[in-house]
Amino acid sequence: MRWYDWREISRGEPIFPARFAYVAPRSIEDAIALLSHYGTDARALAGGQSLIPLMKLRLAGPKYLVDLNRIGGLATIEETDGFLSIGALVREADVEASALLRSRYPAIADTAAVVGDPLVRNLGTIGGNLAHGDPANDHPATMLALGAEVIAQGPRGERVIPVADLFEGFFTTSLKPGEVLTRIRVPRPASGCGSAYLKLERKVGDLATAGVAAFVQLEGDVCRAAGIGLTNVGSLPIKARKAEASLVGKRLDERAFADAADLAAEEADPASDLRGPVDYKRDMVRVLTRRALRRAVERAQA
Amino acid sequence: MASTARAEERLTVHLTVNGQPLEETVDARLLLVHFIRDVLELTGTHVGCDTTSCGACAVLLDGRAVKSCTVFAVQADGRDIVTIEGLEQNGAPHPVQAAFFEKHAMDCGYCTPGMVISGYSLLQRNGDPTEDEIREAISGNLCRCTGYANIVDAIRTAAEHQRNGGTV
Ligand SMILES: Cc1cc2nc3c(=O)[nH]c(=O)nc-3n(C[C@H](O)[C@H](O)[C@H](O)COP(=O)(O)OP(=O)(O)OC[C@H]3O[C@@H](n4cnc5c(N)ncnc54)[C@H](O)[C@@H]3O)c2cc1C
Ligand code: FES
Ligand code: FES
Repeated sequence: MRWYDWREISRGEPIFPARFAYVAPRSIEDAIALLSHYGTDARALAGGQSLIPLMKLRLAGPKYLVDLNRIGGLATIEETDGFLSIGALVREADVEASALLRSRYPAIADTAAVVGDPLVRNLGTIGGNLAHGDPANDHPATMLALGAEVIAQGPRGERVIPVADLFEGFFTTSLKPGEVLTRIRVPRPASGCGSAYLKLERKVGDLATAGVAAFVQLEGDVCRAAGIGLTNVGSLPIKARKAEASLVGKRLDERAFADAADLAAEEADPASDLRGPVDYKRDMVRVLTRRALRRAVERAQA
Repeated sequence: MASTARAEERLTVHLTVNGQPLEETVDARLLLVHFIRDVLELTGTHVGCDTTSCGACAVLLDGRAVKSCTVFAVQADGRDIVTIEGLEQNGAPHPVQAAFFEKHAMDCGYCTPGMVISGYSLLQRNGDPTEDEIREAISGNLCRCTGYANIVDAIRTAAEHQRNGGTV
């Protein structure tokens, strides 16, 4: 159960976490040394917008918090040698406002704009959104659609993890204790690329009933490459590989969108809950996939 | 461990609150909202939900509106905090506060400090917001009384005053 469903718990008493010890290292090396030293008793703290609520409700009880916010250099967005590189500590509000992301990686800006609410977005980070490993978080689907990778830095140096290999289970990622997610790398789009993220939510700040990210690369009106990622319709973020494959080599018309949308709905594996029954959620995946593809193609042609 | 720093359960923080430099020693687990209300006794900042949902606890952290129930006081070390008490200018309500008064943008007033902080924050970056932009800007703040219409009106009015030469 998520803390979002635990509002009853306080019964009017102030909510605060169990005791812990806090440290705010100034360098990534110090952060890694501290995280390695304290091991599984420690957690990294980024925006705190998932971790602190969990700690207040005692659903998480780290003995040590290693605050990443004082480390320089982790909050930049830049395009370099073939990649867009986004620092893990970039806040959602800055992702949302970035002219570079809006123009060249619109799905990423779309995604940031629908995470939580403006107050949450002023603190929540894009790295934390991925590292938290919550299939209800919005960025994983987009990063799957765009074929992104994350850079993890640990005691033995850096390694590159494709986002498709990052999620191992409910709230579980392939990051090892002592490893910090430092950057996200997205391949630079060739000409004729477009992307979009669409989310259905019951109200502002709610997690997705379903969310769909779409990426297309066009040559004329023929699809050269496609990516589709799904939010909160399975125990992991889903890369809809069959739907993606169905688009490649095709002319992208309504027919192709509908076929891909049917496949994406099949690849979704939603659970029935407060946000709706299984059939409804599958159908929303179908609808959102079609719309997200349409918007991605419009943007690719713009 | 080569690192010089060590994790501590109690830490001394230096920060500025409403322009005043302060030094306090606090538990690592003390939330910023409790620091503001219980240690500094600035009770204008409210706790509405304690689960990061309502925005009644909003304050400015280095100029950005955040939910102070979801930040630790130790994270504010070296930072600049502005609470609702810090908005008044020379003893007079800030133009956003004045517009809330003028437009009757509150009933019980519980959400008001957070609404004003979010409205203020919007007008810092956008002097002529549309209704949609105003509604978006306060979408992290819940009000169970007003139905929001007067709040939106107040923020629009504050923007007008600002454009007509007042300062926000
Ligand atoms: C009211 C509300 C509504 C929300 N709605 C949404 C929503 O609609 N969609 C959505 O996607 N999210 C939503 N969230 C979650 C929010 O986006 C969080 O900010 C995000 O999930 C985690 O990012 P963070 O920076 O706050 O991470 P934190 O809370 O600081 O950390 C989360 C976890 O990730 C780990 N971690 C963080 N950064 C790193 C790193 N760089 N390296 C290694 N480990 C790291 C931490 O140790 C912790 O285990 C909501 C949150 C709130 C409070
Ligand atoms: S008390 Fe902080 S968001 Fe409600
Ligand atoms: S005026 Fe009562 S909650 Fe907004």
